Amino acid sequence: MLRYFIRRLVLTIPVAIGILVISFMLTRLSGDPTDLLLPPDATDSAREAFRRNYGLDQPLLTQFGSFVVNAMRGDFGDSLRFHEPAMSLVMDRMGATLELAVAAMALAILIGIPTGVVAAYKRNTPVDISVRGISLLGQAMPSFYLGILSIIVFSVWLGWFPSSGRGTWWHLVLPAITLSFQLVALIARVTRSCMLDVLGQDYIRTARAKGLGESRVVWLHALRNAFIPVLTVLGLQVGFLLGGVVVIETVFSWPGVGRLAVQAIYARDFPVVQAVVLLFAMIFVFVNLIVDLLYAAIDPRIRYS
Amino acid sequence: MTDTVNGPERAVRKSQFHLVTTRLRRKKPVLVCGTLLIIAIICALVPGMFAPHDPYEQSLLLRLKPPSFMDGGREGYFLGTDHLGRDTLSRIIYGARITLLVSLLAVAVSTIAGIAAGVAAGFYGGRIDSVILRLIDMQLAFPVILLVIAVVAVVGPSLTNLIIIMGLSGWPRMARIVRGAVLSVRGLEYVDAARAIGAGSWRIMAYHIMPNILSAIIVYASFELARMILLEATLSFLGLGVQPPTPTWGGMISDGRNYISLAWWVAFFPGLAIGIIILTFNILGDELRDALDPQLNHE
Repeated sequence: MLRYFIRRLVLTIPVAIGILVISFMLTRLSGDPTDLLLPPDATDSAREAFRRNYGLDQPLLTQFGSFVVNAMRGDFGDSLRFHEPAMSLVMDRMGATLELAVAAMALAILIGIPTGVVAAYKRNTPVDISVRGISLLGQAMPSFYLGILSIIVFSVWLGWFPSSGRGTWWHLVLPAITLSFQLVALIARVTRSCMLDVLGQDYIRTARAKGLGESRVVWLHALRNAFIPVLTVLGLQVGFLLGGVVVIETVFSWPGVGRLAVQAIYARDFPVVQAVVLLFAMIFVFVNLIVDLLYAAIDPRIRYS
Repeated sequence: MTDTVNGPERAVRKSQFHLVTTRLRRKKPVLVCGTLLIIAIICALVPGMFAPHDPYEQSLLLRLKPPSFMDGGREGYFLGTDHLGRDTLSRIIYGARITLLVSLLAVAVSTIAGIAAGVAAGFYGGRIDSVILRLIDMQLAFPVILLVIAVVAVVGPSLTNLIIIMGLSGWPRMARIVRGAVLSVRGLEYVDAARAIGAGSWRIMAYHIMPNILSAIIVYASFELARMILLEATLSFLGLGVQPPTPTWGGMISDGRNYISLAWWVAFFPGLAIGIIILTFNILGDELRDALDPQLNHE
């Protein structure tokens, strides 16, 4: 297990380097980053001083080296808007984003997996057809549109939930459901398809033949074996979730990292943009590393292959 | 020589095409979605023929009028008007042009880049494969929306930039699909046979591998099209798509968001159009995948 862990960790290194390269290149896509990092009305002398201070007059490779060293220390410079360290601004809002992302993921797991299992077990019945229909719809609806519809119906017309902001649990309901909707649809679809494969296997027939109850066969024997592909999708969907918070936090004015990123992009506050992009990418890589290690824990064949 | 080799191949391909279209024509969802898609394409090509009004024409007297089938609606404005008195239906029809144009070209970019990388990785293997796989992992590590909006913010939201950036955001997934498909056919006898008669790498890739992985590419491209429509709508919603006053579906939802309590229809109908077109591509993709799968029982 330790060897597998080390091998998997080593494979993460080139990806982490690539993430650093892409984040570094982000502010250099349009040429001189001074144009992006300073206000448009900055004087020539201010630009010159800025270039000197931030080492932008150095060769590109030297600049990249400093960027990597600073990024390791979480130093992306000061926000141009708030005049505070970019990373501390991001970390201040991380709690709100995690709250939303965890709630959405929990909803997706708690609703998506049982729905997929039931749909597979009741294949081609009205239950299955409804689940497939709702899954298709869920994947076709843009999350921001769903958010706006939920605001129209549940906030404006019915007045049940607040339409924006963060504070009480009620504030979390609409953004979390909206963010999880596509995920629920996807997880239900994947679970259904994996369960259909597993339910036709010999060991399920054997479990039934030896007299196990139907719920034990389905929820313990079948689901455990169908779980690896579902886990893969869950890991990959963390990227979707992190992208989703950018949009959902904007729609519901949720004070998290996603909204901060969008506002930073509008304000051309690139130190903050860079910090968010790098942090989100690292979270994604880290979560997928954990998912890979979980595979090995669930299925011993992976560990030894 | 070319004729004797290509003749039978062409005949088989024609019969496969015939088989697939026959299978597709039998399915009701395909007929419904195909009709919807044709309507959307015609609207995108000649919006002036269907739009009842000029999509840019403003009228303060007609601000936020409800759809004509509701109380207070004005005749001739079937889906109501927006905050500048512009006809919602006309803007949706004109918006189809931008949405479909940007999405189609972005898919073309991602497909070409994905095929090039995927075929190279799958066919050559070894170091090339490792490098391309690492590049794929790197890009997939970034949330697509965040990366795309950050890049668009740096380089500016012009039509060309959008198409290239959105296209390049999609190449890793396409490359993975293509690589997998190439790996599954690379070791088959007909590839060995082509190599044995002296065919070069390019010829093998273009004439022997590509035709056999084309179905996987077409199916994935149809799903990718749905994803690009979603991405374009999201960018427009965030104000980073094609800029106003050009009508885009995402931009119309964004405008309508500010008037939700007064005029729900401004945001509702463009969103419905996005949902329908994405659903159409997803259903067509599903049906196409089934029709191209020789292992499924199509009887």
